[in-house]
Amino acid sequence: MTVLADQLKGGLEAPICLTWELTYACNLDCVHCLSSSGRRDPNELTTAEAKAVLDELAAMQVFYINIGGGEPMIRRDFFELIEYSIGLGIGVKFSTNGAFINAEKARQLAALDYLDIQISLDGTDAATNDHVRGTGSYDTAIAAMSHLRDAGFEDFKISVVVTRHNVDQLDEFKALADSFGATLRVTRLRPSGRGADSWHELHPTNAQQRQIYDWLLANGDNVLTGDSFFHLNALGEQPLPGLNLCGAGRVVCLIDPVGDVYACPFVIHDRFKAGSVREPRGFAGVWRESDLFVELREPQSAGACASCGSYDACQGGCMAAKFFTGLPLDGPDPECVGGEGEVELAKVQMSTVPRPSLDHSKPVRVAAPRVPVALTRR
Amino acid sequence: MLHRALRLDPQVALRDEPFGALAYHYGNRKLVFLRHPDVVEVVRSLDEHDCVADTLTACSIDERRWDAFETAIHSMYESEMLSDRAG
Repeated sequence: MTVLADQLKGGLEAPICLTWELTYACNLDCVHCLSSSGRRDPNELTTAEAKAVLDELAAMQVFYINIGGGEPMIRRDFFELIEYSIGLGIGVKFSTNGAFINAEKARQLAALDYLDIQISLDGTDAATNDHVRGTGSYDTAIAAMSHLRDAGFEDFKISVVVTRHNVDQLDEFKALADSFGATLRVTRLRPSGRGADSWHELHPTNAQQRQIYDWLLANGDNVLTGDSFFHLNALGEQPLPGLNLCGAGRVVCLIDPVGDVYACPFVIHDRFKAGSVREPRGFAGVWRESDLFVELREPQSAGACASCGSYDACQGGCMAAKFFTGLPLDGPDPECVGGEGEVELAKVQMSTVPRPSLDHSKPVRVAAPRVPVALTRR
Repeated sequence: MLHRALRLDPQVALRDEPFGALAYHYGNRKLVFLRHPDVVEVVRSLDEHDCVADTLTACSIDERRWDAFETAIHSMYESEMLSDRAG
């Protein structure tokens, strides 16, 4: 553990990595959606409320925000809000499925400074991608990327959630990103939101985790990861690039579409709700004083992992992954590379596993299974 | 490096933190941790002195620490957090 990581554990004056989900509305219905998005919530922040939050973030000197959803471009005030943010000196990175990026919007986006775009894509072919993101979503994403490239938008990001089915495509994703002049971003699948139901079928196998670790060691300097694979550091002597710690409530937090503040984007659950931007103390008060965030900044117990020689390397893994698979927070990650997580998972009574607190999924019209059917590649 | 005239790049914002400060470069999106309040003071004062050495003197930095400061300043210069200043 470095001195810096220790200092960061005590928390910061303002978050480094603030995610703001602008709306729960989404045109897609991805099986691993972290926020169980689909339908807009009637209580979502108004334009005026959102601007007041941005004013507050500017006063706290938040350098940039990560905007997501749902599909953030569905909000009618989307451009108004990102332009307001950039005008205040808060850079914007936003995640989109690309459905609302046509040639005209691409030019509008390319004209903005301090703006990064992440297009979500979970397969380098339609079959693999659409299996989790829905029919037609591959073509939509590729079309959006083409519009951005044609508009001269430099260095957008292609954002991939690594699953059992696309882990063999990492080289192909990199080549695809290179062909667009884009940067590849790969992140870890979490059992959050609708992912709680699809995780068991989608998460990489233990052998595939080694594959991801080796690939990141070889390619990590040119690939973004959101530092999300630190649990893999127990696989070898050489740590992956990035901060090796759970940033929840310390350097990271989430503002959801109705203004509730959670410890990270992967824990939309009452247990990890710190407060709301609508409280009189505002976002700054929640960030600095909420009971939950103060608790998360205290030294955490290694618990069942204390006797494991790899704890310094993996830090016990991801809090959200443990919580939504029913594992104790002071024990191994469900994807512990030492196999401890699998042992613990086998003991979990499914009826005791916490469910996500909110669900904005669209009503199921047909009896379509939420869990994807088995898929065989090649 | 000690005799260069440097400044905090105009595209960089500094935010005070319990350990020192965070520096963010809006152009290249790099985030750098300034991990001691003395480093923060030196970086903030570069603009007011003819060169880095004068800044270190003015900030009362013990000469035994100058090597470490030069390394830190060089690293910030490499990541474009600091830039050359005319004159």
